[in-house]
Amino acid sequence: MVLEDKLFTVKYTPDTVSHLKPDNEVCKTCEKKICTIICPAKVYEWDDANQKLIVNFENCLECGACRIACTKKCLQWQYPKGTKGVTFKLG
Amino acid sequence: MPQTNKTDVIVVGAGPAGISCAITIARAGKKVVLIERGAFAGSKNVFGGAVYTQPVKEIFPDFEKSAPLERRNVEHKFAILGEKDSTVVSYRNKSEVCGSYTVIRAKFDRWMADEAKKAGVYLVEKTVVLELLQDKGKVIGVKTELEDYYADIVVLADGVNSLLAKQIGLREDILPKDVALSVKEVIKLDKEKINDRFNISDDEGCIYEIFGGPMLGMLGLGFIYTNQNSVTIGLGITLSELTERGLRPYDVLEQLKQHPAIAPLIKDGELLEYSAHLIPEGGYKKIPKLYADGVMVAGDAAMLVNNLHWEGTNLAMISGKLAGETALDALINNDFSAKFLQKYEEKLNNSFVMKDLKTYKDLMDIAHQKSDAFLDYYLKTINAFFKMFTSVDSIPKREKYYHFIKTFFKERKFLNILNDFWYGIKLLWSIFKWY
Repeated sequence: MVLEDKLFTVKYTPDTVSHLKPDNEVCKTCEKKICTIICPAKVYEWDDANQKLIVNFENCLECGACRIACTKKCLQWQYPKGTKGVTFKLG
Repeated sequence: MPQTNKTDVIVVGAGPAGISCAITIARAGKKVVLIERGAFAGSKNVFGGAVYTQPVKEIFPDFEKSAPLERRNVEHKFAILGEKDSTVVSYRNKSEVCGSYTVIRAKFDRWMADEAKKAGVYLVEKTVVLELLQDKGKVIGVKTELEDYYADIVVLADGVNSLLAKQIGLREDILPKDVALSVKEVIKLDKEKINDRFNISDDEGCIYEIFGGPMLGMLGLGFIYTNQNSVTIGLGITLSELTERGLRPYDVLEQLKQHPAIAPLIKDGELLEYSAHLIPEGGYKKIPKLYADGVMVAGDAAMLVNNLHWEGTNLAMISGKLAGETALDALINNDFSAKFLQKYEEKLNNSFVMKDLKTYKDLMDIAHQKSDAFLDYYLKTINAFFKMFTSVDSIPKREKYYHFIKTFFKERKFLNILNDFWYGIKLLWSIFKWY
């Protein structure tokens, strides 16, 4: 089963602004871009043409792995607002 | 301190630790506000699947009568997976006294929160605590998105990421080697299929602890829990293993689901929910400072997880209860200083919580150093032994034994094997030596 189908089972109430704010200038210098690999919801994607880290924050499962794994420590990580983000029906 | 929006105790986070803390305070007649960022208690929470009867009873003595429980676990299976083969050790006990129940986390936490409300806890949901309010170094309340709340004591039960404990310097940032990333799926299956595949009856449950397979050589473990009409399957792998190997956690889970020993158990199931969560696994050496002026830390926020025994919820609940008792003591004495709240740490030290974490204080260091041995080579050796022992192919047994022993010493250097043995002794010594 592909990740997109898995994420389809998760209930989200997305905000209009991202609660995840990487410093793109620092991301440009990051070789590993580990966030694009370890995130369990594939929130981060590197757009090579535009040299930009795309943040699909709507899919965030709020685990915090990216914050800890970020080698450049350039990710401003917050919880979404109280009414927003993921709601686990089962957990 | 302002008198508006002032209460006796504020607890941040309505998980097992926060709820246990808040209800302990409310039952003694003190005012307590429990703040939860999710839509309801449990809505941001994820765990493997079982709660242990005895510790839950310490907070909710009659929970078996009214809590939403799935199945009473009667069997524990330890599955050692090779690349294709497997060896399973199983312990089954159908005694009257049930040691643990599987629960659906979102339902169970909500039930606990409802019990807390009945006891007088004021539950505020859908509210994020942005930061702790301090006055001359002492914590005096919390700043939320809407308003500020004040209290004599704030208890941080805000989970593994605990940004609040970090804000006031109680802990450093977590390192990738001190946390496991867990992904799991709840898969819908007919009750009859679950009963047949796990050899259990209607209200009985079976737990799988899974070693190896796609996690061979990695600090990672898999699990399966049976619910009424669904099966939970997941795994947790140390974050540093994933980053070093460049692995996507859901890919590893897919491989586990396709392993020949696992696939038939979940065949034709329908995915109900995918989830992910971090598990604090730093152990005793990474426990943050547990108290300061006007504040205490409990549960995952305090790294209180015993990963070898799959315990976390129980440590959370008991630490929450002990923080609650300490808060009550502080309110009676009108002393909220760090010096007084040190009693919380003393209580934890005298309980199984800290004793167990201390017992395994060297476990993770050794596991990190020796994962290629104990989580790869020896797991494979177990399966290789049974392959040799069960095969019937007209080769004399003695030749097979010699070949097995020869291979064992050929594929891992003798010095390494001696070193592994030495680490094994070191680990046992660290566990059994008297403090």
